Amino acid sequence: MLRYILKRFIQAAICLLGISIIIFMLSHLSGDPALLMSPPEATPEDIDQLRMTLGLNEPFHIQYWVFISNAVQGDFGESIRWGKPCLEVWLSRFPNTLLLGGVAMLFTIIVGLPTGMISAVKLGSWFDNFGKTFALMGQSLPVFWVGLMLILFFSVVLGWLPTSGMGSWRHLLMPAFTLGWYFTASLARLSRSAMLDVLDSEYIKMARIKGVPESLVIAKHALRNALVPIVTLAALNLITLINGTVITETVFNWPGIGRLIVDSIFARDYPLVQTCVLIASALFIFTNLFVDILYAYIDPRIRYQ
Amino acid sequence: MGDLERSQRVTNISWLAKRNSVSKIRTAMRKAPWVSVVILIVFLVCGLFGTFIMPHDPLKTNFTETLNPPFWQEGGSLRYFLGTDYMGRDILSRLIQGAGISMQVGFIVITLAGILGTVVALLSGYLGGWVDTILMRITDTFLSMPYLMIAIALAAVLGPSKNNIILILVILGWAGYARVLRGEVLRVKEGDFVRLAIVAGCSKTRIMLRHIFPNIVNTLVVLATLQLGIVIIMESSLSFLGLGVPPPEPAWGSMCADGRLHIFNAWWICFWPGLVILLVVLSANLLGDWLRVRLDPKFRQL
Amino acid sequence: MISGNVIEVKDLKTYFFTSRGVVKAVDGVSFRLKEGETLGLVGESGCGKSITCLSILRLVPRPAGRIVSGEIIFDGENLLSKSEKEMRHIRGRRISMILQDPMTSLNPVLTIGDQVAEPVRIHQNLDKIMVREKVKEMLRLVRIPSPEVRMREYPHQMSGGMRQRIVGAMVLSCQPQLLIADEPTTSLDVTIQAQFLRLLKEIQQQSNLSMIIVTHDFGIVAKVCDRLAVMYAGKIVESADVRDLFNNPIHPYTKALLNSLPKMEVKVDKLFSIEGQPPELHDLPPGCSFAPRCSEEKEICKKAYPPQSVVKDGHNVCCWLHT
Repeated sequence: MLRYILKRFIQAAICLLGISIIIFMLSHLSGDPALLMSPPEATPEDIDQLRMTLGLNEPFHIQYWVFISNAVQGDFGESIRWGKPCLEVWLSRFPNTLLLGGVAMLFTIIVGLPTGMISAVKLGSWFDNFGKTFALMGQSLPVFWVGLMLILFFSVVLGWLPTSGMGSWRHLLMPAFTLGWYFTASLARLSRSAMLDVLDSEYIKMARIKGVPESLVIAKHALRNALVPIVTLAALNLITLINGTVITETVFNWPGIGRLIVDSIFARDYPLVQTCVLIASALFIFTNLFVDILYAYIDPRIRYQ
Repeated sequence: MGDLERSQRVTNISWLAKRNSVSKIRTAMRKAPWVSVVILIVFLVCGLFGTFIMPHDPLKTNFTETLNPPFWQEGGSLRYFLGTDYMGRDILSRLIQGAGISMQVGFIVITLAGILGTVVALLSGYLGGWVDTILMRITDTFLSMPYLMIAIALAAVLGPSKNNIILILVILGWAGYARVLRGEVLRVKEGDFVRLAIVAGCSKTRIMLRHIFPNIVNTLVVLATLQLGIVIIMESSLSFLGLGVPPPEPAWGSMCADGRLHIFNAWWICFWPGLVILLVVLSANLLGDWLRVRLDPKFRQL
Repeated sequence: MISGNVIEVKDLKTYFFTSRGVVKAVDGVSFRLKEGETLGLVGESGCGKSITCLSILRLVPRPAGRIVSGEIIFDGENLLSKSEKEMRHIRGRRISMILQDPMTSLNPVLTIGDQVAEPVRIHQNLDKIMVREKVKEMLRLVRIPSPEVRMREYPHQMSGGMRQRIVGAMVLSCQPQLLIADEPTTSLDVTIQAQFLRLLKEIQQQSNLSMIIVTHDFGIVAKVCDRLAVMYAGKIVESADVRDLFNNPIHPYTKALLNSLPKMEVKVDKLFSIEGQPPELHDLPPGCSFAPRCSEEKEICKKAYPPQSVVKDGHNVCCWLHT
């Protein structure tokens, strides 16, 4: 088990390294940072001086090495727009996104997982048809439109909820629902499929032959086996949640990382963009790693590979 | 028990039974998602012949007719069927032109990503060995990237334009095809007809093109149909953020972004584009699902 | 118990309602089994043997399948009139079943011990220590070495033969009166097959267990069964004691089946096989379902299904050649 964890950890680290190289290259293609960071009245000599201080005349791999070694220590450079260390800016906004994401995930798991499983158990019933429609709609609606329609209905027409910003629990409802929507539909579809596969197997038949009550057949025999593919695929779909924050936060003006990225792009604040994308990728890769380990714990067959 | 009794029993039970093979075909045709097909055809027609059917010039501003509601509401008229936006532009015409944009981007992306993905899958699956390992590692890296983040980063670097969007979406899209099709290639490779072709002396390229490819076309078609919906959503999301097809071209996503600012007094500006996206994507998904069941009943994917 | 019969199936009919038509998987099956006796249920794939067994346990796949009519008298009571809750108490406790594929019969994420203990925990009121002892006892009974260690392991760590024996332990842990085995050795190696059958026979002798063994292999029938019922297209065409049937088969299908067993002493140029294919069960011809493939077919065979007639005590057949 330990060997497996180590192996996966190294793979994750390599992947992250690769992505960091790509991100670093990209931001250096996007224009001359020295030019951007200088005030408008700077002379060419001033810009050159800045370039030297920033080490922009060094060969590429030296620059990258500086970048990476700084990053590992937490120094991601300074934000052009805010004038503060990038990491500090990021940290100030991250809790907001975390809150939004957390509530959205909660919503997803509470609604999506049981919907899919009950659909599978009661195959062909009205619940199943409803569930399937719900899942299909969820995956066909663009996230931003869901948000906009919610605002239209609950803020404009009914006037119950505020349209944007952060504040009370009322501000949290619509963004969390919007963010979780796609993933909920996706999870419902996934868990239905996985559950159907499991319910079809011989060992479920055996459990019924043994006289195990149906509730226990589902809860003990079916569930654990169904969770195995659900967890893996759900983790892969977690990306949609990260993606979704960008759009949801833009629609609702939620002060989180998603909106920070978009604003920074338009403000040409490349160090900040770089920081955000890099951290997001790292989070994503390590979430994947965590899920893989969880998966190995649930399914004993993986451990022995 | 005699014949008569037995046949009477059968008639009693046959309330759930249907007739034979003629009704089999009819059932299959009945279950086809005709509404989806119609919607997609309308979408195609708008995309290809839009300039001939739109009632007004989508880019022409008219400040005397700003913020007209749709025709059934007070202040609306049949001339501006679905209403006008804050610059007096006809929403319906903009929707039609937007269909053209989405269609172009959609079909080009699924074609290019499909070709790239298929080539990678064929090489990787059929040749195996280190080619497979390297290609699959690359594919996995691309698959594990948070697409919107990367799309945003790329869009920021390259600048918003239709061609850039196509490029970005192809870069992010080919990996999905590659992974699934590689699985199919591996399955088809085991067939005896492939072994016979090898024995007959066919070159590897020939085998890949003439023997393996036709057998994975089914899966490719299903994937492409399902991808159409995904691509349209991605493109409209990027346009919504301002990183996609730039104004004044009326991409559906940017129309929604415009509409957001006027949501209190002109709900129709952001309503119609989103609804249209929903209809097209839903149709593509339904069609893709139906194709998947029809073309390969053993195709069990999520 | 009526006349020493553990189970008596009367005119059982299980149909499947599909979009292609009504599939009459089991169409009027009747048989009896005494205490301690072993019945072999023989026939080609798709003749309805497995569905008959599932019908006894009332585990026919829904919603397409339904037991349409008949009676299953087990221990004096009709199983078809019992509630689902009552059936649950019977399953695993008084009637049990082994499935064909040992590789998929065991739940991959639960330990062996947990799975073997489950019927005991559900049907009997024993404390934890006694349950563990029972599990060890059962594993020893089916000749699994070092049961204390094995109990904590997972199915994928065992071979096919061991898994089937573990299924045996699981299924017999509550000492049922009737064991149904659906092709229990088909997925096993030939050498392991013999071992497993011997084990079943021994357990049967110790506990007076009645068994129904579904198989398409006459070799198994000869070794293990007392009586034999031959099924074709959802009906039993001939049933008799094993000796009787081997010495004096009446129905052309039975004769053909026995003829297709290659004999070592006789040299042949071509192996005997029955012409034609088993019929589509939703589209059965009127009359005897075997008629299209029968070498001794007569006019009346195409018109009406032959009634059951007695050849001698215990030997029944449904054929127009013998009325």
